[in-house]
Amino acid sequence: MSENRFRAVNRAVPKTDAFSIMGGAPVYTGDMVPRDALTVLLLRSPHAFARVKKVHKDKAMLVSGVVCVLDHTDVPSHRYSNAGASYPGNNPFDRRILDEYARYVGDPVALVAAETEEAARKALKLIRVEYEVLQPVLDYETADTDPSVVHPEDNFVFQCDIGGDLEHNVLSTIQSDGGDFDAAYAACPIQLDETYHTMANQQAMMETFRTYSYLDQAGRLTLVSSTQITFHARRLVSQALGIPQAKVRVIKPRVGGGFGAKQSMGTELFAAVVTHLTGRPAYCCFTRQETCQCTNTRHAFRIRVRMGADLDGTVRALWVDSLENAGAYGEHAANVIGLSAHKTIPLCAKAEDWRFTGKVVYTNTTPGGAYRGFGATQGCFAVESTLNKLAVKLHLDPTLIRLKNIPEVGKPMSAYYGEVLQSCSLDRCIATGKKMISWDEKYAPAPFSKPSGPHRYRGVGMAVSMQGSGITATDNCSVTLRLDDGGFYTLLIGASDIGTGCDTILAQMAAEILQCDTEKITVSGVDTSYSPYDKGSYASSTTYITGNATTKAAKELLGKMYDAAAETLKVPREELFFDGESFSGRGARLTVFELGRDSVNRFQTWLSATASFSSPTSPPPFVAGFAEVEVDTQTGEVKLLDLVGVVDCGTVINKALAHVQAEGGFAQGAGMALYEQVHLTEEGKLSTNSFMQYKLPSRLDLPPIRIAFEESYEPTGPFGAKSIGEVVINTPSPAIMAAIQNAVGVTIQTLPATAEKVFMALRAAEGQKEIR
Amino acid sequence: MTLTFTLNGRKMSQEISPDESLLSVLRRCGCYSVRSGCDTSNCGICTVWVDGHAILSCSYPAPRAEGRSVTTMEGVRDEAQDLMTFLAEEGADQCGFCSPGFIMSVLAMLRELKDPTVDEMEQYLSGNLCRCTGYNSQHRAIVKLLEKRRDEHHV
Ligand code: FES
Ligand code: FES
Repeated sequence: MSENRFRAVNRAVPKTDAFSIMGGAPVYTGDMVPRDALTVLLLRSPHAFARVKKVHKDKAMLVSGVVCVLDHTDVPSHRYSNAGASYPGNNPFDRRILDEYARYVGDPVALVAAETEEAARKALKLIRVEYEVLQPVLDYETADTDPSVVHPEDNFVFQCDIGGDLEHNVLSTIQSDGGDFDAAYAACPIQLDETYHTMANQQAMMETFRTYSYLDQAGRLTLVSSTQITFHARRLVSQALGIPQAKVRVIKPRVGGGFGAKQSMGTELFAAVVTHLTGRPAYCCFTRQETCQCTNTRHAFRIRVRMGADLDGTVRALWVDSLENAGAYGEHAANVIGLSAHKTIPLCAKAEDWRFTGKVVYTNTTPGGAYRGFGATQGCFAVESTLNKLAVKLHLDPTLIRLKNIPEVGKPMSAYYGEVLQSCSLDRCIATGKKMISWDEKYAPAPFSKPSGPHRYRGVGMAVSMQGSGITATDNCSVTLRLDDGGFYTLLIGASDIGTGCDTILAQMAAEILQCDTEKITVSGVDTSYSPYDKGSYASSTTYITGNATTKAAKELLGKMYDAAAETLKVPREELFFDGESFSGRGARLTVFELGRDSVNRFQTWLSATASFSSPTSPPPFVAGFAEVEVDTQTGEVKLLDLVGVVDCGTVINKALAHVQAEGGFAQGAGMALYEQVHLTEEGKLSTNSFMQYKLPSRLDLPPIRIAFEESYEPTGPFGAKSIGEVVINTPSPAIMAAIQNAVGVTIQTLPATAEKVFMALRAAEGQKEIR
Repeated sequence: MTLTFTLNGRKMSQEISPDESLLSVLRRCGCYSVRSGCDTSNCGICTVWVDGHAILSCSYPAPRAEGRSVTTMEGVRDEAQDLMTFLAEEGADQCGFCSPGFIMSVLAMLRELKDPTVDEMEQYLSGNLCRCTGYNSQHRAIVKLLEKRRDEHHV
C-alpha cells in the first residue's frame, strides 16, 4: 500500500489528549468530584450465598455525618442488568441495586452515605446483618445438578428465550449446526477429542470503577462515570431507579482503561441511588479489591473440542462444546459463549460440518462480564490448541496446517453467521510472522530437540485468530460534524474513548476527508445531553462502526460546504476546487474561515452534518501469533523469550496507536497464558483479589513483543479499516502452550501454565507419578 | 496535626490526620496527578519524589514528609516535556492513568543513572505497572530520549 495515499489516516498521529493525561491534568472522574459529595461505601456479604433476614442500621445511623444507610428494603425493587448492550437484548434482568439475596462473597448488602469517608467507614462497622446462610453453588461444572438455586426470586426477567432453566442454574443453552457434524466426524481418518479450561481473568485496568452523581441545573440526575457505555448506562440507571431516561444524564470524562470491565456498570447505581434519594452529590469509588472481587471478570470456560481431519491436515468436522460460568449474575454471558465458536470455527474454513453447543450456568462466584476477546479468547485457546495437537499428531508443521485451513476471500463463512469474507491477509501474516521469529530455523517437530542449557529446552509455537468489527445489525451510532466560526471543525461523538484513542482516530478520519490537519478537528464526548447516540466502546466497534459514521458525516458536510461556496461565489459546484483551506474557481476564492464565519452569521442553515451507521456485516480482523519459550525441566519454569504478532486490521488508521494496542493485547494474552492465576477459597471467596495475589505481567516478565502489520483492504470499512482492539489478545495462550509442547512435549490444557503445573505435567509424562 | 513541607518548591502547611497517606494529602493539596491504582504497593501509579527519591505515596505515611521536599508531576512538567513528546509519538499513553507515576520514575532514574542499559531500565522501572501498553512503547520513548540527550551533549 503506497505511503502517500493518505494525509491524515494511516499515520502515527499523537493522541488528542496526550499531554493532558500524561501531565496529570485533573481529567478523570475522581479528579472532579464536587467538594460536598457524600462518600458512598458498601457493606458486602461474607457468605457466598445467603438470604438477608434483617439489617440492623440504627447504630450506624447515629454516627455523626451519616446521611443515609440503605438496604434492600429502601431501594427501588426493579430488576435490571448491569450489562451495557444494545436493546432489546438478551441480558437477563437479574439484579437489584441491593438485594434480599447475597449471591457471592462480596455481593453488596447495605450502603452507607456520609459526609466524610471516616464517618462512612465507622458506620459500616456498626451495621449488623442477620443472614440465613444457604448452601452455595461453587463448581460450575456441576452447577446444573446442584440442589441449590442461585436465582430463586420470582421477578427474574428473561428479555427473550435464551434456553434458561433457573431451577437447574442454567442461564442459557444454545446449539447451532452447519452441515452434518456426526457423519463427517465419523468419516474422518483422524479424530481428536480434547477438553480445556480457561480462567476468570481480571481486566485489571488501572483506574478502578468510580462514579459521582449530582442533580444538574434542570434537576436531572447526572452521573460522571468511568464507563465504556455512556448511553446504555443512562438507560440502565433509569430502569433500575424507575425514572424516565429524560431525567438521567451521563457524562464520560477521561477513563483509565476498561478492557470490557466497564462495559458493565460498577459504581453507577450506588452513587445514583443516594443522589436520587437525598438530592445530595455522591461519590462511589471502588477499591482495587472491590474491583477485582465484586465487579466482573472474564468468564471461566470449559471447552470440549472434537475435531475430525484428513491425513493432510484439512479439518473437515468441528464441534465446539462450551460450558461457561456466568458467576452470580448474567452480564453478557449469553453473548460471550457464542463467540467461543463463531469466531473460531471459521478459521477451519473447510470444516463445512460443524456444531456448536453451549451452556451458561449461574454459580455463587464473582460475576463474569466482558473482557477483551469476549469468548473468542477462550475459544481460540481451545480450538487452536487442538489444531496444534493435530499438527503434532500428523507430523505437520503448524504453520502449514493453518495455510490448509484458513478462510478465503469471497467465500461465505457458514459458522460466522454466513457472512462473506471480503478482506483477509492471514496467509501473509503467517509468512511474515514465520520470518520474524525465524520459524524455519527454530521449529523442530520433536520435543527436546533444542537444548539451551542444563535441563533447559526451547520451543516455538503459533496460533491464528479472528474477531469482528462491531456487532452486525445491532450496534448503531451517530456522529455530528460541524464547521465552526473560526474555521475549525467540531466532531461530536458518543463513542467512549477509554484510552483506546477513538477521539484521535475519528478526528483523523474527518481530517482525511476535509483535507485538513487532525488538530483542526475538535472532538467532544461524551455527555448524553449533547452527544449523538453511540452504543459505546466495545465489541471492537469504534474504528469500524463510529468510523463509518464519521466518514459519512464528513462527506456530507463537505458536500454542504461545496454548495454554500458555490452559492456564495456564484460558481457552479463542479468548477470549484477545494484544497482544505479554501474553495476556488473562476478566479474567485472563499476560505474555510470565511465559510465558517458566514455559516454562523449569514446562512439560513448551519454547516453541519449528522450521520448514522449500523452495519450489515462485521468484517473480521486477523492475527497470526508466534511464541518462543524456554522450559526448565527441573523447575517447570517457562521463560517467554519472544512474542511475535502479525495483524491484519485492514488499513491501519493510526500506526502508533494500533501498534501499541497490539503490543498491549499480546501482553495481556501472555499474562493469561503464564501468570494470571485465579483462586477461590473453599468458602467461595475470590482470594486473588489484589495485585499482590493476582500477578499482572510486569516489564520484567515480558519479552519485547514484536508486532507487524499486513494490511488488507476492507471494502466496507472506513478507508479500508477493520478493528484491532480485541483480536490481539487471543493468540498468546495457544501459541505459548504449543511452544511449551514443542520444547518439552507436555500439553497444558488448563490455563495458566505455571511452573508448578508444567513441572507436574513433566513428572506425569516421565511416568514417575500419576497426577491429574 | 499540621504537616509542614515543601510541595513542588513551595512551602506548605496542611492539616492532616496522623494515619493519613502522603497520597491522600497530596490530592487534597490539588496535586491530582497523584492517583492510586492498587492499595497494596504493587502498581507504582502513585509514585512521587521525597527529597528527590521516588517513593510510593500510597504507603508513605504523610507525617514522615515533615520538613521534607515533595515533588509531583505538577512540579516537573517542564523537565518531563521531551519524555512526554516521545511517549506521545509512540502512542505509549493509552489510558494515561499510569503515566504520571511512570514519568516520575523515569525522571528519577535519569537523575540517578546517566545512561542506563535496557536491563537497568527494566529493573529500575519494574515497579511501575501498565496494563494497556505492554511496556515496549514506553521503552522506545526512553531510548529516544536518551539518544536526544546524548546528541545534545555532543553538540
Ligand atoms: S497505589 Fe499502587 S503502588 Fe501506590
Ligand atoms: S496507559 Fe493505561 S495503564 Fe498504562
